[in-house]
Amino acid sequence: MAYGSFAELLQAASSNGSLASAVVAREMEETGRSEADVRSRMRDTLIVMREAIASGLTGSVRSRSGLVGGDAALLTGHDPGPLGPVFTHSLAAAVATGEVNAAMGRIVAAPTGGASGVLPAVLITIGDALAATDEDLVDALFVAAGIGGVIAARATLSGAVGGCQAEIGSGAAMAATAAVTLRGGDAEATGHAASFALQGLMGLVCDPVAGLVEVPCVHRNATGTAVALAAAEMALAGIAFPVPLDEVIDALAHVGRSLPPSLRETSSGGLAVTPTGRRLACALGATEPLGATEPAGDSDGRHD
Amino acid sequence: MARQRSVFDVVGPVMVGPSSSHTAGAVRLGALAASILGACPTRAHIGLHGSFASTGRGHGTDLALVAGLLGMRPDDARIPHSFDHARHAGLHLTFDVVDLGEVHPNSARFDLEAEGRSVEVCGSSLGGGDVAVWSIDGFDVEIDGELPVLLVDHEDRLGEIAAVTGLLAQGGFNIARMRVSRESRGARALMLIETDIAVDEETRRRVEALPGVSSTRCVQAV
Repeated sequence: MAYGSFAELLQAASSNGSLASAVVAREMEETGRSEADVRSRMRDTLIVMREAIASGLTGSVRSRSGLVGGDAALLTGHDPGPLGPVFTHSLAAAVATGEVNAAMGRIVAAPTGGASGVLPAVLITIGDALAATDEDLVDALFVAAGIGGVIAARATLSGAVGGCQAEIGSGAAMAATAAVTLRGGDAEATGHAASFALQGLMGLVCDPVAGLVEVPCVHRNATGTAVALAAAEMALAGIAFPVPLDEVIDALAHVGRSLPPSLRETSSGGLAVTPTGRRLACALGATEPLGATEPAGDSDGRHD
Repeated sequence: MARQRSVFDVVGPVMVGPSSSHTAGAVRLGALAASILGACPTRAHIGLHGSFASTGRGHGTDLALVAGLLGMRPDDARIPHSFDHARHAGLHLTFDVVDLGEVHPNSARFDLEAEGRSVEVCGSSLGGGDVAVWSIDGFDVEIDGELPVLLVDHEDRLGEIAAVTGLLAQGGFNIARMRVSRESRGARALMLIETDIAVDEETRRRVEALPGVSSTRCVQAV
């Protein structure tokens, strides 16, 4: 099982030397795999993350519904002005993965398909800017996974259970910890970064238009990325969030349970029931169920 | 419900989007159904229930279920083109909207046929890629695809369970979980045995040769 609390993970980090080593050690214990095996599997994960970003940045991916696609390329082609390139590049990478996911491309659910853009965007953009090695990135991924495991253990990673705070919120917390790890922040700062991300996204609802993982999911990966970067900066600057991470996660769980079902992936609240949300759902035939017909003789026209 | 087994359940799995429940889970459900049939089907009638029917189109649930029937994994880049692959594989597909009652909203019923055999399988995608097959030919079962399963279709008679588990022990197969259901006393019954490693062909044959056993199937982990 994953670590049940950040406190427990911190303790393991002090005996194992680092957060990443503590997470790797627990994985080896649980699965009986060797360290080389576990690290190699995470390197494979990193490769899929890079491929998804590259594919989305080409600008040629479109979802089956046609609602999303092509926006990552707009961001890469855009002049970032005074913000500098890293911020805009990370937003582009987040949208890229979100678009690839929506277009039935291959992604790493981190922690879910809908929220798969935030962690790779922050990890790879910051990693590239720092000229980090793949081993550094893999360490940061283990830290992110360890934090995500604590959220899964104490709360949930599912939008249907806890709203979007559980998906993009968790993704942003994981991404913030990856950024802090890459930049040499200590274990305490890592916890504060996760807390800052979660407090910033607490209460975020899951309200997908037409029930699809498209609007607002794809662009929420970018806004979640901005929150993750802000959270990491605050933590790296030495700011401590007064509420410990485990308590922040417990609050997230409580807020999730308090959300009405209409705001937990049922598409019966929030953006999904705006006049435009309803119109898009109708226009897409999302209300027309699957299975009313046999599959088309030629499927080529259905998914490009 | 979800077993958090590994960090690769948090950063992972690698999957074709967009949805771990409507796409990745649907692939696994299709793969389990085909494995229960024991062959790549030539005809499949798929009944979609609840959210699988209402939001399945945008999530590619239909493509994902068929990809699973063809033996693809959730990270297979061919999933969006599974209907084309089905046509080339000679798999005839029909779809229907069904009401399976008070079950998970992401559920499906498969009626599958291949080389003279057929099976009806019902199952659900529970979220995060976790799945459960809960009915095979009307028998209550519980198969999550995490471990291989030996299904033994047999007569309800004294000592049958001991005979089967004895053969598994002789073959060196440790039982992780087991469930037996029957139509009525002395009638047809189904044994569902989850093992740490897949039961080999020799042991399966020895189980099938037991008096009272009418058939066996090995269901792979997916």
